[in-house]
Amino acid sequence: MTFLGLEAEILARIQFAFTVSFHFLFPAFSIGTASYLAVLNGLWLWSRDEAYFKLFEYWKTIFAVTFAMGVVSGIVMSYQFGTNWSSFSDKAGPVIGPLVGYEVLTAFFLEAGFLGIALFGRKRVGNAAHMVAVAMVAIGTLVSATWITSANSWMHTPAGFSVDSNGVFIPEDWWQIIFNPSFPYRMTHTVLAAFLTTAFAVGAVGAWHLLKDRQNRQARIMFSMAMWMAAIVTPIQIFVGDLHGLNTLEHQPAKIAAMEGHYETHTDGAPLVLFGIPDDEAETTRYAVEIPKLGSLILKHELDGEIKGLKEWPRDQRPPALMPFVTFRIMVALGLLMLGIGLWSLWARWKGKLYDTPWLHRASVWMGGSGFVAVLAGWYTTEVGRQPWTVYGHLRTADSLSPVSAPAVGTSLLIFIAVYFIVFGVGVYYLIKLMRRPPTPLDSDQELDAGPIRTAGVTPCVTQEHPLGGHHGH
Amino acid sequence: MAIDLSFVWAGIIAFAVLAYVVLDGFDLGIGIVFPFFSSRRDRDVMTNSIAPVWDGNETWLVLGGGGLMAVFPLAYAIILPALYMPIILMLVSLIFRGVAFEFRWRTHHESHLWDFGFWIGSSVAALMQGIALGALVQGIAVEGRQYAGGWWDWLTPFSILTGVAVLVGYALLGVTWLNLKTSGDIQARSANLARPLSLALLALIGVVSLWTPFINEMYFERWFGWPTAFFSSFVPLLLALCAFVLWHGLTHDKHVQPFLAALGLFVLSFAGLGVSFYPYMIPGVLTIKEAAAPESSLKFLLVGAVILVPMILAYTAYAYWVFRGKIDPEEGYH
Repeated sequence: MTFLGLEAEILARIQFAFTVSFHFLFPAFSIGTASYLAVLNGLWLWSRDEAYFKLFEYWKTIFAVTFAMGVVSGIVMSYQFGTNWSSFSDKAGPVIGPLVGYEVLTAFFLEAGFLGIALFGRKRVGNAAHMVAVAMVAIGTLVSATWITSANSWMHTPAGFSVDSNGVFIPEDWWQIIFNPSFPYRMTHTVLAAFLTTAFAVGAVGAWHLLKDRQNRQARIMFSMAMWMAAIVTPIQIFVGDLHGLNTLEHQPAKIAAMEGHYETHTDGAPLVLFGIPDDEAETTRYAVEIPKLGSLILKHELDGEIKGLKEWPRDQRPPALMPFVTFRIMVALGLLMLGIGLWSLWARWKGKLYDTPWLHRASVWMGGSGFVAVLAGWYTTEVGRQPWTVYGHLRTADSLSPVSAPAVGTSLLIFIAVYFIVFGVGVYYLIKLMRRPPTPLDSDQELDAGPIRTAGVTPCVTQEHPLGGHHGH
Repeated sequence: MAIDLSFVWAGIIAFAVLAYVVLDGFDLGIGIVFPFFSSRRDRDVMTNSIAPVWDGNETWLVLGGGGLMAVFPLAYAIILPALYMPIILMLVSLIFRGVAFEFRWRTHHESHLWDFGFWIGSSVAALMQGIALGALVQGIAVEGRQYAGGWWDWLTPFSILTGVAVLVGYALLGVTWLNLKTSGDIQARSANLARPLSLALLALIGVVSLWTPFINEMYFERWFGWPTAFFSSFVPLLLALCAFVLWHGLTHDKHVQPFLAALGLFVLSFAGLGVSFYPYMIPGVLTIKEAAAPESSLKFLLVGAVILVPMILAYTAYAYWVFRGKIDPEEGYH
């Protein structure tokens, strides 16, 4: 039975990809934002500078909305494994389940306990307990991310298990399962990606408000902090990404072949295909623009290193090449643009013009969503590259399905698409509305932000009591 | 090994499901009774009364689902495809209501739309949970290690009845919570609503309880065979007691008592289910032991559960403590 001409398998894959992509956008942002909030709150407690307090309050609201959308879209995920992928759950559940279980317990732990206090309870519990709650939320998001990337990594590079007569994966060594070969790379790459996603979103908001009002101190702080992240974390991320790629070459060479658009094995140095259109039917990459030897140099760190092509594998064990090929290039291109912004900001900062370079601000506004796109692109690369397996080399996607008919999967897919676009579309609209609010001006803005023209008549170095009880002087 | 871990886990999962039902039950219930409170101000107070706790409550559902996959993967793999549509509809309803909850604060023009979303989402989620429960009680067709029925098997008169029962039950939890957390006009109207809801719920519990033993012989034996009937009879007796306490609280203007009694009704109904089901996870088909994951999985996750679940409970209690007392209508959380 089919639904609109599609089989249950492809419908279920689209449904999982759709629901998990939507879900992932929220944690990708909230992981970084949680840490950012902890830093802001810490800076406020330390310096008693009202600007940090107001920034905390500003981003807190945005975080709350994002987090709520992450929670509700996450509930769907813990049931998707069962509704559409019950054979996978039956067989791989004993391994994947406890890892997801730990993710849930951790996420839950911080949600049940600390989030309410971090968001609403400052006055009720006092500053110290509130800071602990904020920090725990940040740590909790990171621990959660660790568990879930471990589970995901195990599907790519399974280790530490045996298989029984029913085809069920029996956990033998949890250490090997958790720290499976691709886990350290994938986790680092993912968490850094989340930080960069937040940095560029925060940077864009800061830049937007700087374009409206260069003197807005909170916009300056946001922008400056975000640009430090861009300048420092982007190069680290590129380095980690390279290591992750080498790890993939070792464990999933077919995925690399798809990403690189190689059908033939190159024994005397593979070119780097910059652009092209991989064609799985014809087993060739059309319109390829290549740089000789560079592929081997990047992947093997030598000019003549051997790179296997997709033809090394039977057709039923190859991933489709087009999607990983394209999404990988999108991710890399965005990474390079991020690096460009980071370097540009360093240059502007060095020149003392970080807040006076409108083109940098405009570019940052345009890059505001780059992290989200890059995260999804990178993720599609690795997940489509995992095909045709759910547990790499052991359990095929086709054998992981639920015994649910195509019309059921198709109908539920349409429901999800309709609901998600309405709900999260409006959610993103409100988020953008929240981000367009200018950060409220500080009492001290006038003396602080007095530029050369306005200095006259304003007494510098005013120290004043402010409503939050602390002192600050400029 | 003296202790069978699969039973320990069955207890933990049962606890998670019960915790979900009683905790999310009252905040879903507030959504269900939204139409009875039409002013924006009332609705603000109502949603404020659950703002700090609702997403923590909802996470028990994730824990139930995630936990079931981890420790009873076979049950998870059979039940979810069998209850495909109710679960999908429940999930999208929860999404709708969760975001409606946040969004209604972010707009003035469209807030009535989100209020409508909050109501419909809460109501459909509750209804689907009850329907899923009823379908499970009725039994699931299984072949080998897979669900063997169609995608509309879940829709029966019995499952619709249990769906309505859960809907009414959550509404009762919601109004008794409001009776506990609010003051003045909202409280008075909540208390008034609680009376017909109590009567309706008790009637529904009665019908479901009388119907269930006739679904299959195993249930009948549990409730009417000797000596099991002796022990089973405690459930209806305690239910009657709870019903009395509930009614007494409502007619004597108590604030806490009706909410606790309503929770008691849920706990006892849940215990009644346990009496019918034990030792099966899927009635007549799959026992707790058969459904359990390998020992190594049970052990591994148990370490985390033993440490984290009590901490979660402690912090949940702390959060409720921090936000205790009547809601001050002037103090918004947003």
